[in-house]
Amino acid sequence: MPRKLSNPFSTSAMPQSEKERRPSQSKGNRLAGFFSSKSKEQPTVQQSPSHHQLVSAQMTASTSPLPTISLSTAITGDLNSDETPTTLFEPPSTDEARAQERRDAQFGPLLDPAHLYVSAHQGKPLEAPIEDEPPYFYVLTTYISYLLLIAFGHARDFFGKRFGDKKFYAPIKASNGYAPLNDDFDSFYVRRLKLRLDDCFARPTTGVPGRYITLIDRKSDDFNRSYKFTGTCTQTLNLSSYNYLGFAQSDGPCADAVEECVRKYGLSFASPRVDSGTSDLVLEVEREVAQFVGKPAAMVFPMGFVTNSGSFPALVSKGCLIISDELNHASIRIGARLSGAVIRSFKHNNMEDLEKKLREAISQGQPRTHRPWKKILVAVEGLYSMEGTMVDLPGVLALKKKYKFYLYVDEAHSIGALGPRGRGVCDYFGIDPAEVDILMGTFTKSFGANGGYVAAEKHIIDGLRMTNAATLLGESPTPSVLMQILTSLRLITGEIAPGQGEERLQRLAFNSRYLRLGLKRLGFIVYGHDDSPIIPVVLYNPGKMSAFSHEMLKRKISVVVVGYPATPLISSRARFCISSAHNKEDMDRILAACDEVGDLLCLKFSTGIAGGQEPLPAGVTPETEKEWRRANGLEGVIKPPRWKLEDVIARGVEDTKQLLR
Amino acid sequence: MELHEMQSHLNEWLQEATVAFQKVPGSAVLIRYVRSSYQNDPVRSAIELVLFIFFIRYLLAPSYQTSKQNYVKLTEEEIDELVDEWTPEPLVAAPTAQDESELEKLPVIVGPTGPKSKLANGKTVTNLASYNFYNFNANEQIKEKAIQTLRTYGVGPCGPPQFYGTQDVHMKTEADIASFLGTEGCIVYAHAFSTITSVIPSFCKRGDIIVADRGANYSIRRGLEVSRSSIKWYNHNDFEDLERVMRKVVQEQAGKKLTRRFLVTEALFETTGEINELPKLVELKEKYKFRMILDETWSFGVLGRTGRGLTEAQNVDPTQVDLIVGSLAGPLCASGGFCAGPKTWVEHQRITSTAYTFSAALPAMAAVTASESLNLLQSNPEILQQSRENIRLMRAQLDPRSDWVVCTSARENPIMMLVLKPEVVKARRLTNEDQERLLQECVDEALANGVLITRLKGMPISNHASLKDGVCTVTPALKVCVTSALSKKDVEKAGVTIRHAITKVMTRKTNNKLNLPAA
Repeated sequence: MPRKLSNPFSTSAMPQSEKERRPSQSKGNRLAGFFSSKSKEQPTVQQSPSHHQLVSAQMTASTSPLPTISLSTAITGDLNSDETPTTLFEPPSTDEARAQERRDAQFGPLLDPAHLYVSAHQGKPLEAPIEDEPPYFYVLTTYISYLLLIAFGHARDFFGKRFGDKKFYAPIKASNGYAPLNDDFDSFYVRRLKLRLDDCFARPTTGVPGRYITLIDRKSDDFNRSYKFTGTCTQTLNLSSYNYLGFAQSDGPCADAVEECVRKYGLSFASPRVDSGTSDLVLEVEREVAQFVGKPAAMVFPMGFVTNSGSFPALVSKGCLIISDELNHASIRIGARLSGAVIRSFKHNNMEDLEKKLREAISQGQPRTHRPWKKILVAVEGLYSMEGTMVDLPGVLALKKKYKFYLYVDEAHSIGALGPRGRGVCDYFGIDPAEVDILMGTFTKSFGANGGYVAAEKHIIDGLRMTNAATLLGESPTPSVLMQILTSLRLITGEIAPGQGEERLQRLAFNSRYLRLGLKRLGFIVYGHDDSPIIPVVLYNPGKMSAFSHEMLKRKISVVVVGYPATPLISSRARFCISSAHNKEDMDRILAACDEVGDLLCLKFSTGIAGGQEPLPAGVTPETEKEWRRANGLEGVIKPPRWKLEDVIARGVEDTKQLLR
Repeated sequence: MELHEMQSHLNEWLQEATVAFQKVPGSAVLIRYVRSSYQNDPVRSAIELVLFIFFIRYLLAPSYQTSKQNYVKLTEEEIDELVDEWTPEPLVAAPTAQDESELEKLPVIVGPTGPKSKLANGKTVTNLASYNFYNFNANEQIKEKAIQTLRTYGVGPCGPPQFYGTQDVHMKTEADIASFLGTEGCIVYAHAFSTITSVIPSFCKRGDIIVADRGANYSIRRGLEVSRSSIKWYNHNDFEDLERVMRKVVQEQAGKKLTRRFLVTEALFETTGEINELPKLVELKEKYKFRMILDETWSFGVLGRTGRGLTEAQNVDPTQVDLIVGSLAGPLCASGGFCAGPKTWVEHQRITSTAYTFSAALPAMAAVTASESLNLLQSNPEILQQSRENIRLMRAQLDPRSDWVVCTSARENPIMMLVLKPEVVKARRLTNEDQERLLQECVDEALANGVLITRLKGMPISNHASLKDGVCTVTPALKVCVTSALSKKDVEKAGVTIRHAITKVMTRKTNNKLNLPAA
C-alpha cells in the first residue's frame, strides 16, 4: 500500500522489486541511463511474472527490433503482426488477424464494461484545482538551469558571431545593406534553448494518429540543426494527439462515409462560401452542429484558428472591450487584436478578478473619454489545453447576469470531450446553452476532422456570415472534412450505431480519471480538473523536458513536452492527451512507464495536497472523509503519496468512479 | 527613580545598538564619513540627509500606473448604479435588407461542384463562380489517390505540426511545391486565406517598414495590421510611385539603425485581376535593399507555361523573390496554402508563424491532392492552354462587345473582373452602392438564364488607424471564372448570356430612372 517518500536514489523506489532487478536500477547505472540509449531497452514490467499478461505482451512487441517501413506504404498495424497473442489462438486467417490488429492499433478494444464513467459535474461550485508545489530545491535548480542556458547562449552567440559558422549566424547578422532577418534577441530562445530539445518537437509521423502513432525515426549528427531519416519507423502509444473520442481511424463508419463522399462530391468546393461554395452538405453539417451544441444556428469554417481570428473582428470593434482569460489561445489573441477593440485580461479562471475588472471597466468607461463601452465581450475557453482546467462556467454566468456582458466560449478542446452527452462545458455543468451568447469549437480534436464552428442565435450567425472575412473571401471546408464531421457527430448522438458514441464518451471519461488518479498516487504533480482529458505532468527543470520525452519514447510512448513560453518559466510540463481509443491496458502501460521514468528523473515530489491520498478505512467514503478525519484527529495530516505501481493498478478502477482524492 | 531606570535602560539599549551597528561591515567608514563631513560642512550633511530620506520614501512609495491617471474614484454604490444603468449594444447589428436578400439568394449547390452544377432549386447551371478552373475536382486519378490516403491516414491529423501533426505526406507536398517552383524550401499551412496574414507578422515586427500596394487584398491587410510595422503605401501598380516611396524610406532611414524593409504585393490582384510586373519589382527591391513577399494566391497554378505563377510567366528566377505565398485551395482543389522561399526563412516560420504553430496541420488527403494536382499540371501543359483558349473566347464575348462593362483582368487570368465603364458610371452618377446593386441584379439575371456568376465582395472595414491611409475603395465588379472543362460552344453561350443579362439590367427602365438628376 502507499508508502512514504523514499530516497529517490534508493533502489526500493522501483516497483519491480521482485526477483530480477534491472542493472539500471543500481546507482551507477541510473546516471548512465541518462546518456546511454540502449541500456534500458527492456522495461521490467515485462519480466515481472503474470503482471498483466497483455501489458507485457505489448511491451514485448514494442521492444522488438524496429522494422523497416517504406514511407509510401507504411501501415500502422503490421508491426506486431507476428507477435501478438492472437496468432497463438489460431486466427481465422492472417489477413483477418492483420486487419483486426490494424483496427486495434487505431482504436483499442474495451477490456471490461467496468472501464466506463460518465463525465458530468457533481453539483457543487467548481473549485479551482489545487496546484501543488515542488520542494524549493527544484524551483531553485530550474532557475539556475535557465540562467546557465542563457549565459551559455550569450557566450556562444558572442564568439559564434565572430568566429563561428557563417551560415548559422547569417539570419541574425546584417549583411549587404539588409537588416538581419531576425533580431538576435527575438530568436535567442529558439536558437539557444529550443534547439537543444528540438528533436522532441515536430517528430514526423505516418499513418493514423489513433491509439498508436507511427513515428518516422530520425537522428541528428549536428545537435538538432538538421536531421537524417534512418529509414525506420517506430510504433508508439499515442499520448500526443488531440484524438479525444478516437475518431482518427482509417476504417469504420466515418472513413466509409468519407470515401463515398469523395466519390460523390469530389475533393473541394473551390470557392468561398458566398460565391459558390455553399453546398447542401455544408448546410446539413451546420444544421447538425447547431442541434448538437444546442443553438439555433451555426456556421462552419475550414480551420479552427481562423474561426477565432475571423470571428472577433466581426463581433466587436473600436469602442468595445474584450476581457479575455490570461491563458486564452493565440487565435483568440490574434482575433482580438484584429478587431480593434480594447483588450484586457483577467487571472486564469479567477472570478473575483473578472468581477473586479468588470466593475472597473463599466464604471470607468472607455479610457480618456469615459464614454460607456459599446459592448463588453468576455472570452473564455471551455478546457484549457496547457493546464487541463475547465472554465468555471456557473461562476461566469452568475457574473454575466449582473454585468450584462456577452460571453464567448471557445470549446476547442471541450466539445466532444466533456459532458455526459459530449456536448461540451454546458452539457458538463448541466447549463442551458442559450445562456452563452457564442459557442465556438473545433472539429480537429474530438471529431477527427479539421476546422471549426461558431454557434449562436440565428440573427447573430446571419450577421457573422455577412461580415466574417474568412467566409467572404476564404475557402470553404472540403467535402471529406464535412463528411467526417457529420458522421462522427451522428455517431456521438447515437444516430448511427447506437451505443458506440456513448461508449466512446464514457471510455474517455474513465481513462482520464484513471490516469490522473494513478499519476497522483505515484507521486507526480498533475494540473487540471479531474474530468479533463488533458493531463499535464509538471517537470520543472528544462533539462527534464527532453529527458522525459526521450525516456518515454524508449518505452514506445510518444508524449508532448511543453516549456516556456507556452507555460510559465518554471513549470515546464509533459502533456498527456487521453483518448477513447486507449483502454485500461494502455493506461497501465503509461503508469508503469511513468513510474520508472519518475524515479529515474526524480519527478515524484508531490506533497499530497492535490490528491492521491492513502485509501480510507472500510466504511469511510470520500464524502464522509472530513468527519472521519475530525473524529480521529487527522485534520490537516497529509502524507506525500508514493504508491506502489501494483497498488495503483489494483485499486484504480474502483477508486476512479468515486470522488477523486 | 523611574526616570533613572529609564535612562539606564536607554543607555544600555543605545550601547547595544552601537555595538550591533559597528558589527555591520562598512559601518566604520560611514561613521567616519558622516563625522568628517559634518565638521566641514553641516549644511551638506543636512542636504544629504534630506536626499537620503527622499530616496527611501521613493523606494517605499506605491507604484502607480500612468494609464490610471484618468481614473475616477467611485464608491461601491456608485459603481453598482453605473453597472445597473449600463446597457450594451446588441452583439451583432441586425442584418441590412440587402444582406438579408443576398443571404436568401445565396446559391446552394447540390452534389459536386463542376462546370455544370445542380442547384437546390433543381436547376442545372453553368458554374462560372468557382475557382475550379481545370475541373480537377472531378479527376478520378486524384480522387483515387485521396481515397488511398484516407485509408492510410484517416481524415484529420489531430494535432498541430509541432506536436506530432507533421506527417510524411506534408513533407512530401512541401518538397513537391519547392521543386515545382524552384525554391529552396516550402511550408504548408492549413488555410490559404490565413497564410499571408500569418507570414507577414512572422517576419515584420514593430519598427520594421513595409511598403505595400494600395490594391493589396484583405488577407495582406490583415497581416499588415497584425505585424504592427510602419506601413507605407504606393499607388496601385504605379512603379514610379513605388520608387518614390522606397527612396523616401531609404533617405529617412539613412544614418539610423538598419531596420528590415519589406515590399508586399500581389502577382494577380484579387480585386482588379490585373497582373504585376515582376522584373520591375525585383529591380527596385534590389536597388533599395528591400525584401519581397509576393502573394501568388491567384496566380499559382494559373500563370506561366506549367502554372508556376508569375515567376515563370515573366522569366524571373524565383530565388530573387524572397517569399512566394500561394494557395492550394483554388484550382488545385485541395485546401490550405503554402509559403516558399529560402530554407532559413521557411524554418523560421515553423516556430513564429501563428497560423502554422497554433493550428492543426492540413488533412493528409488535402496534402496528397495538392501534390497530385501539381503533378498533373506539370505533366500536361495543354490543360493550361485549353484554359487560356476558353478565357480568350469568353473575353471576346464580353469585353469589346458589351456597351456597359470592361474587363480589367489580365489576359491569362481566368477570373475576369467586369466593371461598369467609367463613362456609364459618370453619365448615370452611380455611387458604389448603386453599382453593387446593379451588378447584383446582373448576377441574378444571369442565374435566371442558367449561368452562375458572382460579384466581387467588398472588403470588411479595417479598424486600424495606421491602415486608413491605404484604404483603396474597391471598384464593384462582376466576377466570371472561366473553366477549361467547358466546350467552346458552352463558353460562348455562357458569354452571350452574361452579356445579355448585363444589357437587360442596364437598360431596365427602373434603373435608368433611378439615377436621373433630381430636377
